[in-house]
Amino acid sequence: MSVASETGGVQSVACRGVAKRYGTGTAEAVALRGVDLDVFQGELLMLMGPSGCGKTTLLSVVAGILDQDAGECVVLGERLSDLDANAKAAFRCRAIGFVFQAFNLIPQLSAAENTMIPLLLNNASPARALARAHDIIAQVGLKDRAKALPAQLSGGQQQRIAIARALVHEPKLIVCDEPTSALDHATGQSVLELLRGIADDGRTLIVVTHDQRILSFADRVAYMDDGRITRIDSTQRVGAGNGC
Amino acid sequence: MLAIAVKMLTGDRGKYLGLVLGLAFTSFFMTQQPALFLGILRNAYGFISDAGIADLWVMDPQVQYSRDIKPLSDTAVGRVRGVEGVAWAVPFYVGSTRVRQRDGNALSSVLIGLDDTSLIGGPSLMVSGRLADLGHPDGIIVNADGATGRLAQPNPVAGQARIPLKVGDVIELNDHRAVVVGVSAGGQNETGQPTIYTTYSRAKAYTPSERKMLSFVLARVKDGLDSTIVADNIRRWTGLAAYSQEEFKRSTTRYLIRNIPAFTVFTLSTIIAFVVGGLIAGQIFYNFTLDNLRYFGVMKAMGATHRILRRMIMMQAFTVGAIGYGIGVGIACLFSLAIGGSGRLVPQIPVALLVGSAAAVVLLCLFASAVSLRRVVRLEPAAAFKS
Repeated sequence: MSVASETGGVQSVACRGVAKRYGTGTAEAVALRGVDLDVFQGELLMLMGPSGCGKTTLLSVVAGILDQDAGECVVLGERLSDLDANAKAAFRCRAIGFVFQAFNLIPQLSAAENTMIPLLLNNASPARALARAHDIIAQVGLKDRAKALPAQLSGGQQQRIAIARALVHEPKLIVCDEPTSALDHATGQSVLELLRGIADDGRTLIVVTHDQRILSFADRVAYMDDGRITRIDSTQRVGAGNGC
Repeated sequence: MLAIAVKMLTGDRGKYLGLVLGLAFTSFFMTQQPALFLGILRNAYGFISDAGIADLWVMDPQVQYSRDIKPLSDTAVGRVRGVEGVAWAVPFYVGSTRVRQRDGNALSSVLIGLDDTSLIGGPSLMVSGRLADLGHPDGIIVNADGATGRLAQPNPVAGQARIPLKVGDVIELNDHRAVVVGVSAGGQNETGQPTIYTTYSRAKAYTPSERKMLSFVLARVKDGLDSTIVADNIRRWTGLAAYSQEEFKRSTTRYLIRNIPAFTVFTLSTIIAFVVGGLIAGQIFYNFTLDNLRYFGVMKAMGATHRILRRMIMMQAFTVGAIGYGIGVGIACLFSLAIGGSGRLVPQIPVALLVGSAAAVVLLCLFASAVSLRRVVRLEPAAAFKS
């Protein structure tokens, strides 16, 4: 599979004919129907579409946490279908950052402890992981909240900590599932500014969203419906942040 | 990640305390109930331990345990003395007598008769008086528990506490005068009755006369000889049974386990504590894991392998297990010390019991973590994207 686009950008994600169905018999539901998708380094791609159109399923396949039934996905040079469960876990561990709709910060742990988890999973020493977590929390503008528990943070602060957690181990690909849906508009905008900055630094972001108001932050927007990508629009930002 | 697992556990205060208390309860009962039974056993062969100087206990072959007295004739002592390898042999009486108190009440007591000359088999620790004072006319020694408890004399002042027996007091044993010449420590028995020590010849006078009165012959093996060989000699030449102190204790233990209801009661209590405590701890731990399932899913998505998650969950289970065990066993030991002061039934907590209850707690932790692990292992990492 090609690793360079026509515009010269380095391909981070290349999916061809990806299909996925859930259940069997009468309960069968087709989530993806032969999806093709390319995402490039330094690009912020948004996946838009109605509920149930397969956005999160596609994101899960690309992130290596769900196996497709058919088709092929090469992510950061790794053909996912060639990896067994442990190799896939190791790949996610080092190469992918996750941002969730509901933040998913562990309530018993402080912001810094939540942030250091990916580093601990990558076998960093606790002291080094904690120091790095404090650095990255400072970068997302919450230096003085590092010791706070998630319940002591606002929604926007929690999402910033979740983004810090997704960045702390310096992954090349960050997948975000509706990162602004639990936030008010202003907070959502500031979170998107943060994500935009990450893409501008040369990392690849795929963001699933319903929020039309944040589309201007994307380089491209892929519209999905009924398990297919129906259209991909480029915004004025395409190519601006791919580092080429 | 193990430190993260412990923080996740201790951060949920309610469930953490529930788990610790559940396992502490289980550990306490699984230690304390067998300890009480061991206390009963200790009392049952207390007089065997007191006669530590004797190598062999010789008795009727039909005797099954320490209180199963099948009297021998006094000539048995001479027959044992005549066996090759026996250094010395003395008579030993174990029976019961009735004590008449000043207020006219009669009370059963355990009566132990020691060899008149050597007093072998007497109490090793005295609270007051001396063992040798049994040589005084009508002399008896009463154990402290009996002297301060059931044998205490009525107080002439109405409503006042009873007066403990002390050296010099006179009581009536089966219509015979007896003078207290000492109060001994220990001497508990499984019946809870007071224990009275006197000489062998006087013991026979304090009990209704029978043709055979001798309970046991205590024998010492000559230096350098194997006691099992000498025991065989005694069996072969006298037709009597001969056991070492440990063998006699073991046969007493076996008999009590098979025949007294207390063993069944304590065993059932221990099993119920294990099952109930296990279910409580298992349920709370399972709920704790379910509450955190979303976060285990998130960690799985972020690349945590099953091995890491397994270690985290087992770390959580064994952390509460260790703390609960420590608290439970600690309370059981304090309970034992507190009860020990009263002198009647002192729970015994040997190392083997601690190891056994620790093993049971380990089993419970393995069970609780196995049930929880199943859910975590089956969890799809993609579930992390479900809001």
